[in-house]
Amino acid sequence: MNLRLLKRNIPFLATATVCILLYLAAGFRYENFFSIRVFLNFISENAVLGVAAVGMTMVILSGGIDLSVGSVVGVVSISMALLIEKHGVPASAAIPLMLISGGLFGAGMGALIHFYSLPPFLVTLAGMFFARGLGFVLQLESMPITRQVSDIVSALTIPLGPEYELAATSLIFISLLVVAMLVVHFTPFGRNVYAIGGNEPSSLLMGLPIAATKIGVYAASGFCSALAGVVYTFYTTSGNPTAGVGLELEAIAAAVIGGTLLSGGVGYLAGTLLGVLIFAMIQTIVIFENINSWWTKIIVGLLLLVFILLQKLIQAKKA
Amino acid sequence: MKRVFQTTTWRKLQWPLLALVVVMVFNFLFSKDFFELTIRDGRVYGSLIDILNRAAPVMLLSLGMTLVIATGGVDLSVGAVMAISGASAALLVTKAGLPVPVVIAVSLGIALLAGLWNGLLVGFLGVPPIVATLILMVSGRGIAQLLTGGQIITFESRSLEFIARGAFLGLPFTITLVLLVFLVVILIQTRTAAGLFIEATGDNETASRYAGINTRFVKLLVYAFCAMSAGIAGLIAAGDIKAADANNAGLWLELDAILATVIGGTALQGGRFYPAGSLVGAVLIQSLTTTILAQNVNVQFTLVVKALVIIAVCLLQSESFRRVFVRRAVA
Repeated sequence: MNLRLLKRNIPFLATATVCILLYLAAGFRYENFFSIRVFLNFISENAVLGVAAVGMTMVILSGGIDLSVGSVVGVVSISMALLIEKHGVPASAAIPLMLISGGLFGAGMGALIHFYSLPPFLVTLAGMFFARGLGFVLQLESMPITRQVSDIVSALTIPLGPEYELAATSLIFISLLVVAMLVVHFTPFGRNVYAIGGNEPSSLLMGLPIAATKIGVYAASGFCSALAGVVYTFYTTSGNPTAGVGLELEAIAAAVIGGTLLSGGVGYLAGTLLGVLIFAMIQTIVIFENINSWWTKIIVGLLLLVFILLQKLIQAKKA
Repeated sequence: MKRVFQTTTWRKLQWPLLALVVVMVFNFLFSKDFFELTIRDGRVYGSLIDILNRAAPVMLLSLGMTLVIATGGVDLSVGAVMAISGASAALLVTKAGLPVPVVIAVSLGIALLAGLWNGLLVGFLGVPPIVATLILMVSGRGIAQLLTGGQIITFESRSLEFIARGAFLGLPFTITLVLLVFLVVILIQTRTAAGLFIEATGDNETASRYAGINTRFVKLLVYAFCAMSAGIAGLIAAGDIKAADANNAGLWLELDAILATVIGGTALQGGRFYPAGSLVGAVLIQSLTTTILAQNVNVQFTLVVKALVIIAVCLLQSESFRRVFVRRAVA
């Protein structure tokens, strides 16, 4: 029993080890890497990715995939800017509207996937086109938001001692992560997600609510993507229809590097946090090294490969 | 003749062809001079030719994608492979100054390597195709950026330009390229055992393996072929603008290629494949784009239309969706 549990945790432990080693190695190589400011920046600058990755992890846990994440960030960002700036809608109304729309959009995709047994890959691909196109149709250029948003951002910023502060974007990411962890690990919904990802036919035979869970998972991912769009808008105080291009891949990478099995049923949200941190560190190291930023993509790709092969190895041993 | 119309290929072609006819009728009614063809300097010009020419990269990608999807896989890296082959061609011409045949051979060789890498991961290491090709999709563009140093490399080479803009028999040379690759795929499908092996692998991998088919090698082969056709498409994309743009070359074309293949009747689960259908699918996508452009609607609207087309096609192919209608028809 103990051994099996340990085996299942190997990807997570490997990620944690890589994360710590990377942090230590970089810390001794570069001055100031250990500073609190750099660490806080890891989280605040990657909050968009983090929020999106939380939703993605839940979808992958259920055995699916959501490719529409990045596009939803773009369309939410630009529509929020348009609502607030052009139509004078207060931010307190625009933000909930965006989050609800994101959830409904995800639920719609989930319904198509479940009721017509279409491949998630294809449906969310269509969702990706749809959301990106909608964003561009609304407005092609980015537009700054002058009012309201900066007030909310400063209201949500928590000072940490005299020198540091926890940025609003980090606060949203961390709160979402905590809520999502509670939902996934301590509610029937969370257990159903793991069960369906582990073995859908058996879950059906056990009488678990497959339809509600699957649609719920995609709704959650849509909600998270919309929230990531809101975070993006906070972070840049502007709406941008091209926001989040390629974000879905980074989110998948963060989840997989964090030890979530792509076949579903195995993984932790805590691992995804580590995945996001590793991603952030690689980005920062590339900046510190002053090398071409395209190395980030290549290194993330390689890391993804290493972790997938590790997962294969563990699965092969189990069989 | 009657037998032709009863084949599965024809049945699968019906829907995309019908959609194409609808688009054409729409253009006949609402777009001015859409069907006009003019001949200048021994070369045919017109909207229809333009559609075929612009659809060429996606047609090439979708032919490779068809074989990959037939084995039950998918290749997300074709866009990145396009960027890599374009970037290496531009570099070899400008920096190394090699003769064009060598440049083409080396660029396609690099694309082949990318395909072998994908095939190795999927076939021999058992990595799920989406993830395996996702790796190259992410890092491939990074590699292309690294090759070009993040810059757009422009080049002057009449031969490379000819690939994208030249004319052959009065038609764009790209159409000849597509027809050649199409011929190869048809020959593989109908004249060699490989066609049967590809279908068998997609239909039931375990059974195929027990029947003595080397499914791993079959997969290696299709990913290699897919990357090669992506490499040709990359040369076209680079030759067209006389430059290698690692950022934008082939961006999102992997999705168009998958869409064209699915519209053409090849199911994502694998099994039987319809190269002709994929070509029709690619032409349909380009006609939609050109039509929307001709109507002076925001270009980006095509993305929304594409999304709706994907969902519609998938629903039409979905068993449970069809059953709803059959039940209604019976009742």
